[in-house]
Amino acid sequence: MAILDHHKILEKNATLLLVFSFLVVTIGGIVQIAPLFYLENTIEKVEGMRPYTPLELTGRDIYVREGCYVCHSQMIRPMRDEVERYGHYSLAAESMYDHPFQWGSKRTGPDLARVGGRYSDEWHIDHLNDPRSVVPESIMPGYSFLRHRQIDPAYVEDRLVADRRVGVPYSDDMVTEARADFLAQADPDLDASGLQERYPGAQARNFDRQAGVTEMDALIAYLQVLGTMVDFSTFQPDEHR
Amino acid sequence: MADPKDENPPPTPREREVAENIGADLNDPHESPANPENRISVDRRKADRENAEQIVENMPEVLTGVKPRGERDGRRKVTRRPGRKAAEVKSTGHSWDGIEEYDNPLPRWWLWTFYATIVWALGYVIAYPAIPLIRDNTSGLLGTTQREVVAQEIRQFDETNAPIETQLVAANLSDIPSSPDLLNYANNAGASIFRTYCAQCHGAGAAGNPGYPNLLDNDWLWGGTVEDIHLTLLHGIRSPEDADTRYSEMPKFGVDGILDDAQIQQVTQHVLALGNLPHDEAQAAEGATVFQDNCSACHMEDGTGDRSQGAPNLTDAVWLYNRDGQPDEATIHRIIHDGPFGVMPAWSDRLSEAEIRAVATYVHGLGGGE
Repeated sequence: MAILDHHKILEKNATLLLVFSFLVVTIGGIVQIAPLFYLENTIEKVEGMRPYTPLELTGRDIYVREGCYVCHSQMIRPMRDEVERYGHYSLAAESMYDHPFQWGSKRTGPDLARVGGRYSDEWHIDHLNDPRSVVPESIMPGYSFLRHRQIDPAYVEDRLVADRRVGVPYSDDMVTEARADFLAQADPDLDASGLQERYPGAQARNFDRQAGVTEMDALIAYLQVLGTMVDFSTFQPDEHR
Repeated sequence: MADPKDENPPPTPREREVAENIGADLNDPHESPANPENRISVDRRKADRENAEQIVENMPEVLTGVKPRGERDGRRKVTRRPGRKAAEVKSTGHSWDGIEEYDNPLPRWWLWTFYATIVWALGYVIAYPAIPLIRDNTSGLLGTTQREVVAQEIRQFDETNAPIETQLVAANLSDIPSSPDLLNYANNAGASIFRTYCAQCHGAGAAGNPGYPNLLDNDWLWGGTVEDIHLTLLHGIRSPEDADTRYSEMPKFGVDGILDDAQIQQVTQHVLALGNLPHDEAQAAEGATVFQDNCSACHMEDGTGDRSQGAPNLTDAVWLYNRDGQPDEATIHRIIHDGPFGVMPAWSDRLSEAEIRAVATYVHGLGGGE
């Protein structure tokens, strides 16, 4: 067959083989990935999603820094056992402001996509300090140092701008008030009305129960907002997607 | 100077005989059997020659017209099954160093499995969602979606449980334990909900952890009737987002400077005395006054606590804040100094009324229910 004879040219020329292999992989990638950007069921809009507050975003950075994603996924699959255990299955829109997303596929620990509000701040403090003090069979390492590390929000505006560059709709107002919002969310003595106005539903309290804004504050603020933005008592998923 | 090893000594008569036997040239340093480095190739050539002789001896009769020696001797008869006859196989024409690649056919079982997967794939693409189009993707003849599958499965279980859940919601809370059907359902469902949502704080066996109450004993902070437990589950304790949550707050006596260090030390000793634990008599006596002035409003004058405010009984042997389950002076001191603020989330958002009733019944039945 003529075409198979031509194939010999590829087999005998390493550079050409590399170029054509790359071409084939590219086509495969485009076919798999490109439709996700325009297919209606992957760009479903849901109400309630808002960008992370500066404190939550900082907590998210700590989550990524400590490699929490290595053991915890943030993606509840549409299967009955997962829905019964973790809550409503995750929607694509729920990670729309995640850069990068934290879906993961390795569950050494439980899924955290809807951990927000499930446990008290005290539990998170105790559990992060010494996981085995509350869950004796846990193999999670302790993160007690987070409580002793104060955060200086010197670069929090830049952090918001960085996310804005990749498409998170932080307004100019949000960026200029980032430091104030950051402090107001973790200190009940400060006025959190601006925070509430910019980030509706943001929970403001002293998350780690001690003075100052520590990494523990930020991480717990992030954990407590996970999966809570969409109100599933009113949201009805379109089953035909 | 040349290495003595490099010099070839004259061949011995034995070496001459071997060389002649295997067809080696004694003068060629790479063939000479006199050179010890050639030992391997010399042996190989000898073996080759012997093999060749044997092959000639045993040539099949078809080729030579003579019976092979083995058969002539009548010692061994080799009969070949017809199917096993080595077939002439086409070469692919690929040859390297005399090694040729034959164009053998693929195993039939493998080939048919391969064809079957192709046919399966075609059917799958037609039956299930597969190919992305302009706005949407092909939905497949079966019209399956993962969301529908999971929703249907959950509906199916909900429908199965609906009759008994309706009864559970309609029943008077205190009547549930006396109805065997309801109790059985509530205990099973409650146990599974407890392990999913409650075990992280209260422990898989409900024995609690330091700061998280033991639910097996009959010492209750906010009441141990099934109605009390139901209310606690619905609205939580100090739950930040719930307006009807059970609420009370113990002052941070040390942090907020209400008591000085000496007073905290004294009242710690008094609390130890209330619990019949080893303590300093003199300090405890001083502490009794501090306790009456600062603590008795919630914990009562005799330290027996007040359930309407979630203030624990300090005179019994059960200690919410402890070290490995045992009362501990340092912990009591810390609690008075820092002020505890134990939170239990409200569950009305996550669990249905039937589920909350089930878990309330389960917890009530663990041993301490009133």
